[in-house]
Amino acid sequence: MKRFAALFNAIDQSTKTTVKVAALTDYFLTAPEEDRIWTIAIFSGRRPKRAVNSTRLREWAAEVAGIPLWLFEEAYPIVGDLAETIALVLPLPDTDTDHGLSHWINALRNLANVEEPARKDFVLEAWRSLDTTQRFLFNKLLTGGFRVGVSQKLMTRALARATGKNEAEMAHRLMGDWDPARITWAQLTVDDDPAANASRPYPFYLAYAFDDAPESLGNPEDWQAEWKWDGIRGQLILRDGAHYVWSRGEELMTDRFPELARALDFIPNGTVLDGELLAWGDGAPQSFNALQKRIGRKTVPKKLLSEAPVILYAYDLLEWGGVDYRQEPLEVRRATLEEVCGNLPTDAPVKLSPTVPFDAWEHLADQRATARAAQAEGLMLKRRDSPYLTGRKKGDWWKWKLDPLTIDAVMIYAQSGHGRRANLFTDFTFAVWNGNDLVPFTKAYSGLTDEEFRKITAWVKKNTQQRFGPVRQVTPEHVFEIAFEGIQASSRHKSGVALRFPRMSRWRHDKPIQEANSLDDLNEMLNTYG
Amino acid sequence: MAALTFTPSGIYCPAGDFYIDPWKPVDRALITHGHADHARWGMGHYLATDIAAPVMRHRLGDVSIDTVRYGETRRIGGATVSFHPAGHVPGSAQIRVEVGGEVWVASGDYKVVGDGLSTPFEPVKCHHFITESTFGLPVFRWQSQDVIAAQINDWWRGCAANDKTAFLGCYALGKAQRLMSMLDPDIGPILTHTAIENTNAVMRAQGIPLAATIQAGGDLVHKDHPGAIVLAPPSALGSAWARKFGPQETAFASGWMAVRGIRRRRAGDRGFVISDHADWSGLLSAIRETGAENIYVTHGYTDIFTRYLNEQGWNAQVLQTEFGGEDAEEDAA
Repeated sequence: MKRFAALFNAIDQSTKTTVKVAALTDYFLTAPEEDRIWTIAIFSGRRPKRAVNSTRLREWAAEVAGIPLWLFEEAYPIVGDLAETIALVLPLPDTDTDHGLSHWINALRNLANVEEPARKDFVLEAWRSLDTTQRFLFNKLLTGGFRVGVSQKLMTRALARATGKNEAEMAHRLMGDWDPARITWAQLTVDDDPAANASRPYPFYLAYAFDDAPESLGNPEDWQAEWKWDGIRGQLILRDGAHYVWSRGEELMTDRFPELARALDFIPNGTVLDGELLAWGDGAPQSFNALQKRIGRKTVPKKLLSEAPVILYAYDLLEWGGVDYRQEPLEVRRATLEEVCGNLPTDAPVKLSPTVPFDAWEHLADQRATARAAQAEGLMLKRRDSPYLTGRKKGDWWKWKLDPLTIDAVMIYAQSGHGRRANLFTDFTFAVWNGNDLVPFTKAYSGLTDEEFRKITAWVKKNTQQRFGPVRQVTPEHVFEIAFEGIQASSRHKSGVALRFPRMSRWRHDKPIQEANSLDDLNEMLNTYG
Repeated sequence: MAALTFTPSGIYCPAGDFYIDPWKPVDRALITHGHADHARWGMGHYLATDIAAPVMRHRLGDVSIDTVRYGETRRIGGATVSFHPAGHVPGSAQIRVEVGGEVWVASGDYKVVGDGLSTPFEPVKCHHFITESTFGLPVFRWQSQDVIAAQINDWWRGCAANDKTAFLGCYALGKAQRLMSMLDPDIGPILTHTAIENTNAVMRAQGIPLAATIQAGGDLVHKDHPGAIVLAPPSALGSAWARKFGPQETAFASGWMAVRGIRRRRAGDRGFVISDHADWSGLLSAIRETGAENIYVTHGYTDIFTRYLNEQGWNAQVLQTEFGGEDAEEDAA
């Protein structure tokens, strides 16, 4: 663990990517093989299962630290990270061990199979023998949330350097559902294994948000426009008579969307499609709300399958005839995609996402304004001669979203943030007027600058009326403009509505609370856009 | 009537008709130390320790400051007053007020471990103790000054070896001079921002021995000082003035650096955990040693710390003050 802790410190104590990549490269060249593999797994979100629930961890930490549990619970939101809070309150270690990362991970994997008293003994013993940084990392492994300032991109770069491979190949190798407990270093970085390749997705190409005038993109003829759908980005792989569905977060979702199995009846093996998973009905895409019923379900009851059938709305072709097609220009990929998907029967679970034809930018801007009616969030702009790149790259793909909906609301509750926002109030609940009452309707966390968060934090501390655990009820005094992408009726919310992607777009210093919007205004938006 | 009471202008002693660290202009103010949230403008008369007074004069300009030595007793009206070392910065004091056998101590800001620069903290027996709670949570636990000094010097050495200037953000009064005493002069020269050098000059003039420094003013020839460390107020990090030094790494020295999220938010590359305030165990030991039963908790995690003290058997209450503006606090501590 010492070596892993040293790597973590090197990464954590610098803001410079060159320093981080150098530290990672050195680690990949020198650390034991199993430690390297687990490090890649952890930094790419493949962590071991949570072995102990967090309630127990808090209780044990408070007990060992000799403080009441409530005091621990008060400190946690201020530190903003459970693993760190535990590491900080515990007494300093009295012994020293030098087990490697994989030793600890294997021990944690076994922990799920032992009784609680033994589990507790193990955790307390680990705390006694690890220094503060190692303890923090151990707790991170225990609690499962591991974000330490290394993007997959940086790790891939370091790995490419350590192995002499190119970055794109390395990114592709790291995709899919390889098991860090079984795979060897050679299998992961060098070997060519057809069986492993069958299910492996391509890295997704991600677009940047576009907020310029479209004229800045040059000649409209160089660009293809499509609707930007509000579903789940997905990759459908058809190889060797089997199909695989991957999410952008590299989650294998094949079993969640069984209707996609029928794609094999219509589309040949050796095809990989990029598109949007959407609920489909009445010959058109349905709202995200309809898809929501299917998210998070590992298996799907028949009734739901018929109520909210899902299709892949295909907009790109990544593999064709078993050949990697990503270097072909978009117009070639699109032409082939139209041949593959253009004439499928209406009941096929794959459909062709249409392009939005236009000859002048202002014409396209008019069409963009109608996106909500098409159940879309805006437009995608893609350069016709562009290859399919890896990750988020500027220049060839842009998402040109609709301007958000907005409403002015009153802040009524505040809660501290996590991570970089520790010790600041950053999570707020907002209300609108219903007669003389303020009805909460949404939470929002983002949109303010650090400086604004500091100001509001100082204000919250002085204007707390009541505390409910970590939540503070504050004097209704501040109005914020809340921006959001969509609005739906919801029986789970007191206000009767649920917003999509709400955030604070402006602190309305100019508005007294009486001028905030009302529930009637929200309901009107629901009627228009819901 | 109690020896000390709490008024909208600050902590007030009716028997002596004076205030301690008032935040509104009053006629007579007893000042614990020279930081801006404790020594404010506009008082008719100031009383502070002889060690604290020069910096106060430097900051407040031409004001009437009477001075007192640590431990010396003064009679003010019906109150007996004395100043005792608080260990926070040079000259900082806890102010003891006795009226009719009832003893109060207003401790201002304090730390209980020695820093080699300030007169070390001395516990003062009392019935009523006013304490800060800037770091009044069990997650704050300081390591010894030697350990932190080694961390800072290692970092500085690394910067120097890579031809980078090491920028260390710190508060100008107290923290900067303490850090100067911890730096290893064999690594390179210590440069200072003008705000810090002005304070250094005041302290040197009053006979406080400080490490040798070079003021990094507008006429500095940057390449003449390879391998330098620059001490600067946090607001100067990343400024146009700082960028003139070329390739650099930045760090921040403060107790807040104990929390990774705050460090990532506020520091550049590194954060060193060093504070002139007491940590959790320091606060508790200080309170215990006073023997006081009644504790008044000011700036910091007042609610939480007060609840804990009450659970542990003290008679504690939150005291609303205007010490430690939120932003200044994260910078200064």
